[in-house]
Amino acid sequence: MNSIEVKALTKKFGSFVSVDNISFSVKKGEIFGFLGANGAGKSTTIKMLCGMLEPTSGDALVGGYSIKKESDNVKKNIGYMSQRFSLYNDLSIIENIKFFAGVYGLEGELLKERINWVLKIANLEGKENILTASLPGGIKQRLALGTAVIHQPKIVFLDEPTSGVDPISRRSFWDLINDLSAQDITVFVTTHYLEEAEFCHNIILINAGKLIAEGNPKELKTKYLKKTILEIEATPVNNVIEILKKSQYTEDVSIFGNNIHAVMNCNYSEKEQVYSMLQHVQDISVERIDEIVPTLEDVFIHLLEKDGK
Amino acid sequence: MNFVRTKAIAKKEFKHLFRDIRMLLILLFFPVFLLGIFGYAVNFDVKNIKTTVYDSDRTELSRNFINALNSSGYFDITKFIDSDTEIRKILDKKDAQLVIVIPKNLSRDFHSNKEAKIQYLIDGVDGNTASLIQNYVTAATSSYNNKLTLIKVSKTGSKFYTPIDYQPIFWFNPELKSTKFLIPGLIVMILIVTSAVSVSLSLVREKERGTIEQVDVSPVKSGELIIGKTTPYIVLALFNAIVILVVGYILFDVEVKGSYLLLFITTSIFLFASTSLGILVSVISDSQQVAFNISTMASLLPSVILSGFIFPIDSMPWAVQIFTNLTPAKFFIEILRAIVLKGVGLQAFYLQVIYLIIFATVFLGLANLINSRKGKTS
Repeated sequence: MNSIEVKALTKKFGSFVSVDNISFSVKKGEIFGFLGANGAGKSTTIKMLCGMLEPTSGDALVGGYSIKKESDNVKKNIGYMSQRFSLYNDLSIIENIKFFAGVYGLEGELLKERINWVLKIANLEGKENILTASLPGGIKQRLALGTAVIHQPKIVFLDEPTSGVDPISRRSFWDLINDLSAQDITVFVTTHYLEEAEFCHNIILINAGKLIAEGNPKELKTKYLKKTILEIEATPVNNVIEILKKSQYTEDVSIFGNNIHAVMNCNYSEKEQVYSMLQHVQDISVERIDEIVPTLEDVFIHLLEKDGK
Repeated sequence: MNFVRTKAIAKKEFKHLFRDIRMLLILLFFPVFLLGIFGYAVNFDVKNIKTTVYDSDRTELSRNFINALNSSGYFDITKFIDSDTEIRKILDKKDAQLVIVIPKNLSRDFHSNKEAKIQYLIDGVDGNTASLIQNYVTAATSSYNNKLTLIKVSKTGSKFYTPIDYQPIFWFNPELKSTKFLIPGLIVMILIVTSAVSVSLSLVREKERGTIEQVDVSPVKSGELIIGKTTPYIVLALFNAIVILVVGYILFDVEVKGSYLLLFITTSIFLFASTSLGILVSVISDSQQVAFNISTMASLLPSVILSGFIFPIDSMPWAVQIFTNLTPAKFFIEILRAIVLKGVGLQAFYLQVIYLIIFATVFLGLANLINSRKGKTS
């Protein structure tokens, strides 16, 4: 059974179409990546799925409940954590946890058990009375996630949960997400970090409110980008990019750190051809050229540029 | 209505309140401060009227008359002058509010059974005070006249009595102290400002910081949120009301004549209306600054100007009188004056109570309407 079933979901703000006829489904217990640029309609979609915003047309079943007709039931069965840190900074850790437990109606033994669980996963046992404002970002995010699932929902929505968090905390945050998934909880997550998208079981990509790609990370890399990709290390980088962009061999050129990734034209896929072309230009020295498996970033940049045209 | 959820919100709100000690102290002591200012500084009683006398008669009669005025307690005779050219100067420089001019032949006219005349010059810049001075002067003169008549008639050997003697008795505020009249209005003003402002700020703060999103996505109903969020501020405001009444009793002898239970119930209803105003303000404002400005404007101004707190509604033009119905403060002031000063029961002000309930319903209804519109469009 699918955890989330989205059917032709559309949201308009006046004449602006924020979410345009999106359909997809999320399996129970999977980590589902929801990707797109800023303003692509991610947050709007999440808000509709959480029952905070009414769709203009279309519907979705979340945990078996319609977001249009049964938003109260949807709210009881989901957890939500947003990109904006939403704990109260002027309250202590335990006060925050107790507040959200109360908001979800927890009482008695279960309340005690769940409070201890949240403290444990956030590594805050024994620090209950510290003010939340004084916690480092990574710990705050863990605490926020803990409070978001304090009522043991079957589905949890995470809207850019790791933005502004250091890489190590991000990694341990993802361990937590994996733990939830292992307990059969569906995790619906949006992120800007494409290396995080690799951790997802399934991904969809939206642009300007429309769905433009879906599948697991492996499928996305092979299905949507069948062309050869060369990783080129050469100096000076700016000149090399300009030459590559003008040449007939390449379709897309983008920069990745010190390297250049070039999506090759179907007819010219040999790295030797590129090598000899660059060799003939004055002042350019080529360190290496390798054929690589595309990363998700290659795929998405390619898809978004194609969509933009 | 889920009790666990509502309790969790109220508890959290109390914690916010007690964590911010500075704000709490302001909320608790500001009312006492205001009460002191209003009680002592805003005073409409006219006493010690600065008086200058130009006595060109200089007889026993004129001296006796001046003494009689002096001993009434309202006039403070500070200066005697010798020429009428000085009168203008004295009034111009505000050295006196009242100048009494006694003409040369006062005593002669009196003893020859002619009508003796005295002139009063009153500084009329402040119309209210001027008409009060006029009243005091008239009263003092007529009581002195009575005395003179008595003496004159007794000389002729016949018995004198006043044909109709009147004895005014002022009910509810026998000493006619304006503080007593002001304190109910003051309580109303302080309560509406503190509750409307603090509730709107606390709701908008959550919007501004984004914490409201986490509550929006939970099963909490808007009714639970509102009751949970406003309860602490209503409790605080009730506490404020008690403080004002106690301080009012200690400093200004204002006693509650009516039932404390009625006082408590009507105050709670009024607080319900003014927190509803705060909720309405929070719905239309997106930042704490905007919320603060709108809520002070919407609560403070009407409760001072239009409520009858200071300016009597009966003497306003009819168009303005209609506008006075826009503030719940007007109706609660009427209720409080009835309970605190008159000690009357519900039958005297049940209409006002109904008005307060209407206010609360309209404010909450509007807030709900605007909020659900926003939910669909933003």
